Amino acid sequence: MTVLVIGLNHKTADVEVRESIAFDRERIKKGLVGLRNLTGISEAIILSTCNRVELYLHADGDLSMVERVKKFLAEFHKFPLEVLDGALYAYGAEDGVRHLFRVASSLDSMVVGEPQILGQLKDAYEIGLKEQSSGLILNKLMKKAISVAKRVRTETKIAENAVSIGYAAVELAKKIFGDLGDKVFMLLGAGEMAELAARHLTGSGVKDVIVANRTYERGLALAVEFSGRAVEFSDFKKELSVADIVICSTGARSYILEYSEMEKQMKTRRQRPVFIIDISVPRNIDPKINSLENVYLYDIDDLQGVVDKNLNERLKESKKAEDIIDKEIDVFFDWLHSLDAIPTIVELRRNAEGIKNEELAKLYNKLNGIEEKDKQAIEHAMNAMINKLLHQPTMALKGNDEEKDILISAARKLYGLNSRPLGRQDEP
Amino acid sequence: MVLTFELALTSYFIATILAILELIRGCKATSKGMVVFAAFGFVFHTLNIALRLFISGHMPTASLHEAASFFTWSIVLIFFIIEYRYKIGLLGSFVLPGVLVLMLSSSVLPRQIRPLPVILKNSWLWLHTILAFVGEAALAVACGVGIMYLIQQRNVKLKKLDGLFHRLPSLRVLDEVNYRLITIGFPLLTLAIITGALWSEAVLGTYWRWDPKEVWSLITWIFYAAVLHARLNAGWQGRRTAILSAVGFIAILFTFFGVNLLMKTFHGFE
Repeated sequence: MTVLVIGLNHKTADVEVRESIAFDRERIKKGLVGLRNLTGISEAIILSTCNRVELYLHADGDLSMVERVKKFLAEFHKFPLEVLDGALYAYGAEDGVRHLFRVASSLDSMVVGEPQILGQLKDAYEIGLKEQSSGLILNKLMKKAISVAKRVRTETKIAENAVSIGYAAVELAKKIFGDLGDKVFMLLGAGEMAELAARHLTGSGVKDVIVANRTYERGLALAVEFSGRAVEFSDFKKELSVADIVICSTGARSYILEYSEMEKQMKTRRQRPVFIIDISVPRNIDPKINSLENVYLYDIDDLQGVVDKNLNERLKESKKAEDIIDKEIDVFFDWLHSLDAIPTIVELRRNAEGIKNEELAKLYNKLNGIEEKDKQAIEHAMNAMINKLLHQPTMALKGNDEEKDILISAARKLYGLNSRPLGRQDEP
Repeated sequence: MVLTFELALTSYFIATILAILELIRGCKATSKGMVVFAAFGFVFHTLNIALRLFISGHMPTASLHEAASFFTWSIVLIFFIIEYRYKIGLLGSFVLPGVLVLMLSSSVLPRQIRPLPVILKNSWLWLHTILAFVGEAALAVACGVGIMYLIQQRNVKLKKLDGLFHRLPSLRVLDEVNYRLITIGFPLLTLAIITGALWSEAVLGTYWRWDPKEVWSLITWIFYAAVLHARLNAGWQGRRTAILSAVGFIAILFTFFGVNLLMKTFHGFE
C-alpha cells in the first residue's frame, strides 16, 4: 500500500477536458464510494477546482492500480479514456506526497502563491472525513499538507506583493496614504478594468467614492453600487481638489488632464498628495504631471511592470518553498514507516524485557540471598508470562489484516511506544 | 564607569551592524536583535550617565565628551519612544548609524570629570541642558525619518518598487512622524533658549551675550520656526519638509560641534 495521486491540471489539460472531469459536491460523494469499491484502494479524497481535478488515494502501488483508476474516471464521467489518458498524471509514494504538498502550498497553481487552493483542499478533506472515505494515512497526509502550506506561507515571501493590476494599485495607494479609510477616490470613466480596480480599493477601506462618466446614468449606477456619488463628466476637474486617488479609463483619444490644469489643482489641494492611475490606452492623462510635487502618476504599463516583477519574486521564493517541502516529506515518511509491524513488535518485546529486568532486580533485593537455581526458575516463569501475553498482539501485528496500519498505531498507543520506533531513531 | 561606557558603545555598534544588515537584507530576525542590543546599550549608557552624575554632583554635560554622550543618549531615548509608539519599520537603520558616529566621537574626547566653575552651578543648568539636548535629539530623529521619506518618495515617483519600497513605511506615516518630531523638538528648543537666557541673567547679569553658540542656536530656531510656518500656512509637506528637516539637522550639528571646535564660546564645556 502506498500514497497515490492521480489527476490533471491546467498545465496538462485544456478547459474542455477539465470541465468534463470536474466533480461537484454530490459527484464527489458518489465518486468516493465508487473509488472505495475498487479493489486495492483503502482510502480516497477527491479535489476538484476549476484548474485541477486530483484523486488522493491510499492504495496498492502497482501499475494496474493506476490503470484501474483511470478507467474508473473515464467511465464515471463518460469521457473517452484515450483523450483522458493523455492529460492524466500519476505520482506514487514520495512523488505523490511531494505533489500534494506543492499543490497545497500553491506552487503548482496558475498564479504561484494564490491563497484559494488551500481552502479548496481543506474542503476536499472535510468531505473525505464526513464520508469516511479517508482514514489514518490520508488524514495524517492532509493535515501535514495543510501545515506545510502554512509553513511555506509564513517562512517564504511566496504570497507577498500584488500579482494583479488591481492589487498593485491598492498596494501603491497604501504606501502613499497609509490607511485608506479617510481618502476620497474618483473613478473617471467606467471601463471593466477600472471597475475591478475600484472594487479592490473600496474593499481595502476607501469609503468616499466619486464617479464621473460620460454617460451620466451609467456613472450613477456605478456610484450607487459603491455607495458614492456621481458627477457630470465635465465637472471632474473640480473634484480633483478633493480626490486623493483617481483611476482614469475613458475612451478619449487625447489627454483630458493637462499639466497646467493639474498644477492649478495642486494649489487648491494645498499640495496634499494625489495618486493617479491612468489605465486607458491611449493614455488620457499628460505623463508630465508625474513631475509635479506630491503627484504620483502610474499608467497601465507601470502597473503591469510591478505585477511582472512581483511574479518573478514569487518564483524565486518558490525555491525556498521546495526545500521546506523536501524536509516535510521526510517527516511524513518517518511517521509512515513507524507504522511498519516489525519495529513495533521488536519494541514491544524490548519494553517487556525492560520491565521484567527492573522487577527482578527489585525482587532479588528484597529476598536477600537467593540460590541461582531459584533465580532461574523465577526468570523462566516471567519469560513464559511475557511470551503468552505478547503472543496474541504479535500474531495480530504480523497478520495480513486489511486494517494493519490502524492496528499498529493502536498497539503503539496502547503500549505507550514512542511515535518513532527505536530501530529507526538514528536515521535522519 | 569606563566599563559602562565601553559596553554601551559596543552594544550600539552591534545594533548598528544589525540595523544595516536589515536595511540590505530585509531579514526580520536582525530587526529584533537590533532592538535588543540598542536596549542593552541604552541601559549601560544610562548607568554611565548616572554614575557621572553621582560622582561629580552636577549634570554630566560639562565636557564635550559628556555633552556628546548625553546628546547620543537623548537620541536613543527618542528613538525608542518613536519605535514603541509608531513601530515604523527600518527606523533603526536610519537612526542608529548616527547614534554610533556620535558615540564614537564622544569616546575619543577627553573623558575625565572636571569640576564645574562655581558660577555655573545653578539649577537652571539642569533644565537648560536637558531641554536643549532632548529637543535637538527629537530634531535629529526627524532628520532620519525625513531621509526615509525622501527614499520612499523617490521609490514611488520613479516606480522603483524593489525590496526597500516594501519594507519602508508609507509616505503618510513618515510625513506624520517627521512633523510630530519637529513639533516636539521645536518647543523644547524654544524653552532651552529661554531658560538659557534666564540662567545667563542669573549668573552674568545679562540675558543675551551674542555668544556664537547663542547665535547659532537662534539660527537653528529661526530655521525650524520657518519650517513649521511653511507647513502650517503654505501647505508645505512631504518632500519639502523632509529636505528641510535633514538640512536643519546639519545646522544643529554645527551648533553642537562646529561652534565648539571653530569658535571661541562661553559654552566651552571645558
